[in-house]
Amino acid sequence: MLVSDAAAMTRTIDARGSYCPGPLMELIRAIREGSVGDVIVVYSSDNGSKLDIPKWVEKAGHRLIELAPRDGYDEIVVEKLR
Amino acid sequence: MKRVVIVGGGVGGTLVANLVSRKLARQIDTGTASVTVIDIAGEHVYQPGFMYIAMGHQKPGGLVRPERGLLDKRVRLEVGEVARVDEQAQLVELSDGTRLHYDELILASGSRVLPELIDGFAEEAHHFYGPEAAQRLRTALDTFVGGKVVIGIAGMPYKCPPAPLEVAFLIDSELRDRGLREKSELHFCSPIGRAFTIKSVSEMATPILAEKGIELHTFFNVETIDRERKLVRSLEGEELAYDLLILVPPHRGAQFLIDSNFAPAPGGWLPTDKHTLEVGGRANVHALGDATDLPLSKAGSTAHFEAPIVAERVAAAIEGRAPDVEKGSYTGKVMCFFEVGDGKGTLLQFDYDHPPKPPTPNRLWHLGKLAFNKAYWMTVPRGRV
Repeated sequence: MLVSDAAAMTRTIDARGSYCPGPLMELIRAIREGSVGDVIVVYSSDNGSKLDIPKWVEKAGHRLIELAPRDGYDEIVVEKLR
Repeated sequence: MKRVVIVGGGVGGTLVANLVSRKLARQIDTGTASVTVIDIAGEHVYQPGFMYIAMGHQKPGGLVRPERGLLDKRVRLEVGEVARVDEQAQLVELSDGTRLHYDELILASGSRVLPELIDGFAEEAHHFYGPEAAQRLRTALDTFVGGKVVIGIAGMPYKCPPAPLEVAFLIDSELRDRGLREKSELHFCSPIGRAFTIKSVSEMATPILAEKGIELHTFFNVETIDRERKLVRSLEGEELAYDLLILVPPHRGAQFLIDSNFAPAPGGWLPTDKHTLEVGGRANVHALGDATDLPLSKAGSTAHFEAPIVAERVAAAIEGRAPDVEKGSYTGKVMCFFEVGDGKGTLLQFDYDHPPKPPTPNRLWHLGKLAFNKAYWMTVPRGRV
């Protein structure tokens, strides 16, 4: 079982094949549309995402639950805190 | 009769129409093929000039010409607004009920700017993505006597990615020339973690921002405008006071693309193959320019370099042959000038595999951009470069 399976995921964004800043922008849209407590999973094959998304999550005051490499992509799990 | 229908008379639509009609000249002349451009106004607008209206270097009238005059005589022009595309029946329906059947459809419908998606934008913020808005910004700059200027991006993707940085650099130059720079603060807000999406361009631009004393705010995604307190707030929780607020408005693809199930809401960008430029796996539907979802600049230059690929693929389909392997595959080529102020510019040239390596800004590239703006009408839409 993936670590992220333990969290109650609200929304999954499959941004594989999308380039920076596409995955970050998709996450930002999901955060905007979501509610506090939502858990959002982003799949990204862009190497920039594993740097950009955690930095953005920290600045925006949300919580990075997990960043895990998968087969050819990264799985990034974020909880909306505010 | 094989029918090629092109939606949009911008850079991409006009150029691809001219290139396809040249390739199919014999078939058009003998009545076995036709090429039709549908344009909402029948006018061709040189959009890169809008920024120069705002910067006081361009009059609005010089940016518009009749579309008919730019099209090959073999191309038909239909002036009207597309309401929907019926994929099963292979027809495009206009809002006045006119129906145009197609065998090959080319979607060059561009992008829309929607300031109304941000509450308070119309009352408080300026932009330069249309002639009237650019003129209003010019007027605001003319009456500006110093204060806080905030330049930001209220949604991605947007047209001409370098433009907000260029505006920041050009306003800095203008304020220094007018003796107002000491009385002013300039803030540049980027939605991502650096000044520009492409790393190498960001590395070029960031020291210039610092040198000019323009404060960079990263991860600033515009959320609300507080009209009472003259504050712009970001989704990330930052707020900036402003005296002059300049924001890139949110952009969307054409509504009929969403309504016709060609593009997903809310963005309306067409899912486009990065090499073949086919839309959603449809062999007889191609897209170019702003309308696509490709990870490239939404810029006339992108459409310019995509058009020959679409023209080759569509002409090949009409002629019943396979497209040329090289001429029918887009490499992601884009080339555009980048103003940095003080009469200097640089050049961004890149493709999918080669990021730009902008040369040190100099006067030559600035003059190159000005020359290109004038030469555009005789070259790009007519397929001469």
